[in-house]
This record gives sequence, structure tokens and C-alpha cells, in this order.
Amino acid sequence: MYEDLRRTGILCSLPLLILLAVVFVAPLLVILGFSFMPSKSFSLLHLPTATNFVTLVGAGYYKSLLWSLGLSLAAVVVLLVICYPLAFAMAKVFGPFTNVITVLVVLTLFVPDNIRLFGWVLVLMKGGLISGGLRALFGIEMDSLLYTVPSIVFGLVYVYFPFMLFPLVLGISMVPDELRDAASDLGASRFTIMREIDVPLAMPGILVGGMLTFVLSAGAMAESKLLGGQKVIVMADEIETAFTYGQNWPLGSALSVILIGLIGVAAVFVLKRIDLDQILGKT
Amino acid sequence: MTTGTSRRERFLFTAYALVVLGILFLPLVTVTLASFSRKRYFSFPIRRYTLDWYDKAFQSLTIAELVRTSLTIAAIVTLICVVVGFFGALAYARYPWRRRKLYQKFILLPIFFPQSVLGLSLLLWFNFLGIIPTWKTAIVAHLVWVAPVATLIMAIQAYGFDRSLEEAARDMGANGWQVLREVTLPLIMPGVISAGLFSFLLSWGNFPLSLFTTGADLTLPEWLYAKMVSGYSPLVPAVGTLTVLGVAVLVAVGVSFVWLIRRRGWKG
Repeated sequence: MYEDLRRTGILCSLPLLILLAVVFVAPLLVILGFSFMPSKSFSLLHLPTATNFVTLVGAGYYKSLLWSLGLSLAAVVVLLVICYPLAFAMAKVFGPFTNVITVLVVLTLFVPDNIRLFGWVLVLMKGGLISGGLRALFGIEMDSLLYTVPSIVFGLVYVYFPFMLFPLVLGISMVPDELRDAASDLGASRFTIMREIDVPLAMPGILVGGMLTFVLSAGAMAESKLLGGQKVIVMADEIETAFTYGQNWPLGSALSVILIGLIGVAAVFVLKRIDLDQILGKT
Repeated sequence: MTTGTSRRERFLFTAYALVVLGILFLPLVTVTLASFSRKRYFSFPIRRYTLDWYDKAFQSLTIAELVRTSLTIAAIVTLICVVVGFFGALAYARYPWRRRKLYQKFILLPIFFPQSVLGLSLLLWFNFLGIIPTWKTAIVAHLVWVAPVATLIMAIQAYGFDRSLEEAARDMGANGWQVLREVTLPLIMPGVISAGLFSFLLSWGNFPLSLFTTGADLTLPEWLYAKMVSGYSPLVPAVGTLTVLGVAVLVAVGVSFVWLIRRRGWKG
């Protein structure tokens, strides 16, 4: 019987594993291969060389990389602060109202990012909802709120909000109520309960949310283009340029490999520390 | 209710939730407003209203074509993801096999990868295989990201069900296929519907994976992006609003369907 179930498990996993081998693993191997091809070549049949990585270090791409990482880090910190109280309320306070919030948040997730960011352009631009509204109501003249570094961070926070919120809700749901009640009975303050019980026990959810939003922001491009007006060139932007205008696949591949490498390290770091059965099984 | 959530705190939490939701929906409301403005370029407050842009959007052959392409891609992606993800979810949550923990983490990986990079690596992969990108290759590209999400959603549902129900059916003489059809599938049905809805809408709205993998064809999100970045079209707000409306209707239908099944049971 047990042997039987094991075999069924392996059998069930096969279609998905084969699919991902073809559409996920193989393309990544190809891009890895291309990163070692000579500059501006379009096939994998050359002798491998490391020149792309050498060019890369010399050409100042580290600036874009630092911008990407810095913006992502800022977005993650802001998201944690904004999402924690809401996630806490959804997991421990609201009851059925939680479902309503969940559906509404998911709904925004389904609207293409482009449209949502375009909506923000209309809100923040000169003569848009905010500046036009203020002028009409109070006669206050103000400039566009777009094309600054904070507006890019804002865009990242907005677009990746659900990816922080839902893992946090799952994480905080794992904290047993009895433990919180006991601590409270023994005289712990709200803040102490949060620091000593909620946060440590919800850590898997916090880690997943933090990593997910960090990684997605690090690979994002539309936010800096639409809301940042190319004030900052981020890593994904450089990669796209290398592939399209630059027509230099090996260089673009090398840039991608670096981004993928950083993300891989972050992913392994977090995935090692969590048990997915525990997080997902609870709900 | 836990550890002394007072009425005042409840009120504060609710107010906070409403503010956050308000901000989440503000850009969508603004796009809708802009779609009714007669001026070619939006400025607030709107002086003259019109429905012309909707008229033009409905008559545009380009947009009809874009919608058709996007819908076809989304439909095929949904079908594949639900079937593959269903079995993937069973392997994820239920059966005790040796490499399961590793499998669970591997399935998550594609979700963590930047989609634009995944799209580019797929472009290189297609090039390597000698496949010329069209809207059909975009289906393959969407699978990378959507299949794991669909699997996760069904896995969450699969965790929640009582394994002894399947064992009972098997003890009473049902074969593997009968157990799957009569017991497992109905129990996971709410998850299957949610996963289908997610797959469809995530594929429909996807931009970064389509960008490099549709070749000469265009999906609706690609067209919208192109028009926003250069060569603005006043149809953008109208098309955007229609998209939001379509999504809202689909979600409402999906949610009520899942709710009905939860209450009545599948086939009930």
C-alpha cells in the first residue's frame, strides 16, 4: 500500500517536472551557454570565452545592478511596514471580512501591470488627478510627482503588494492563538507579544514574502520606465537593451546570468529555511 | 478574536484596510475616468465627457485581433496548466514520496525568477531549436510562470482533504481511475476552479513573458505598453477600462461558483 502511494506520487509529479524541464531548465541552460559565447554571436557553436563577463565589469553595469538591488530593498522594507498590520488583521482580527479583502486584492492582481501603472501616471502627472485636483479646488500649483526615484519605489510597492501580503497572512495564521493569549495573561504587552511570538513564528511567511517581492522587484522594468521615465536604468532594462538595440545576445546573456545567480542565491537561502507543508497545509 | 482586540482597535484595522484598498483601486478608477474624457490627452478635472473612445475601440479591427490572440493564448494555457497542475498538486501535497520536499521547492523556483529574463531565455531556446516565435510560442512562455501558480493553488486545496475518503473508496473496490474521478476530483474542485481562473487571467494580463516570445504577433498587454511608451493612443484608457471590467466579471462569476460548490458540494 505504502509503496503504491509512493509510486503514484512520483507518477503525478512527472508531467509537471517534464514541462518545467523543457520550458524552464533548458532555456536557462541555453542562456548560460550564450553568456560564454564571443560577443555579438548568434549561435552556441563557438569556443567558450569569458570576455562578456570581463566587458561587463569594465563597462559600469554594476551601477544598474546596484540600482536594481537598492530599489528592490527599499520596496521590500516599505512593503513589510505597510503589509504587516493588514496581514495581521486579516489573519487574526477580521474573520469573514478577510475573504472580501482577499478577492479585491486578487482582482487588482489580474489587471495587467501596464494598465495599473498607467493609472498611476494619470494620477501623479502634472495636470493629473492630484495636481489638477489641487489646482481646481485650492488653486495650488504643483509639479508632476513622476520621474523620481521614490516614484519608482512606489510603483514597485504597488505592483508587488499582493506578493507580500498573502505570504504574510499565511505566516501570521500559523501563530497559535493560545500562545498569544497565554503571553498576554502573563502580562506581556502588545509589542512584546509581537516581537517575541508573532514575528518569530510567522517568520516563514515573512521570509517568503520578502524574498518574493525582492526578487520580482529586482527583475522589474516597467515601473522604472513608466513611473521613473528612465531616470534610473535598472538591470532588466540593460538586459533588454543588450538583446534588442545592442543585438548582442552574449552580453545580454551574461547580464542575465548575473541577475539569475543573485536571485538563485536568495532563493536557496530562503527555501532552505522553510517547510512548505507547514505554511500551505495550515490554510 | 484573540488577545483583547478592542472595539477601537478593530475600527482602526478596518479603517486601515479600507484606505489600502482605496489606494489599490485608485489607478483603476482614474483610468476609467480618463476613458470618458473627450480630450486626446487626459487632464483633470475633465471638462467634456464622451463615449467615443469606446465606440472606436469596439470598431477597431486591430483591437479585435489583439483580443482574439490574447484570449486564445489564455484559453490554451489554462487548459494545460489545470491538467498538469492537478497531478502536480497531488504529488505536491499528498503522496509520501522520497524527493517530495525537493520537488516542492523546485516548483516554486520559476515564480521567483524575473519574467523578462525567463522570456529572453525562452527566445534563445526557441532560436536554438529553430522555432520562429509566434503567438504559439507565447503559450509555452506563459506556462513557465502560470503552471507553478496553478499547481500551488490546487495543492493548498489538496492539503485540506481527508485521505481516508480515498482509502475507503479503494477498500470498497474502486479502481484508481474511479477513485480519481469520484472522490479526489470533486474534493479538489474548488481549487481546480480557482486555479483555472488564475491561469486564465494571469496569462491574459501577462506582459513580460509575451514581450520577447510572440515574434511578429502582439497580445493586448503588449499593445497597451507600446502605446503608453511611444505613440500614445487615446484608446488606451477605454481598452484598459474594458479589461478591468472583464476581469471583475470573471472573478465575480468564479467566486460565486466556488462558493456554491463549497456549500452544496460538486455534482450536489
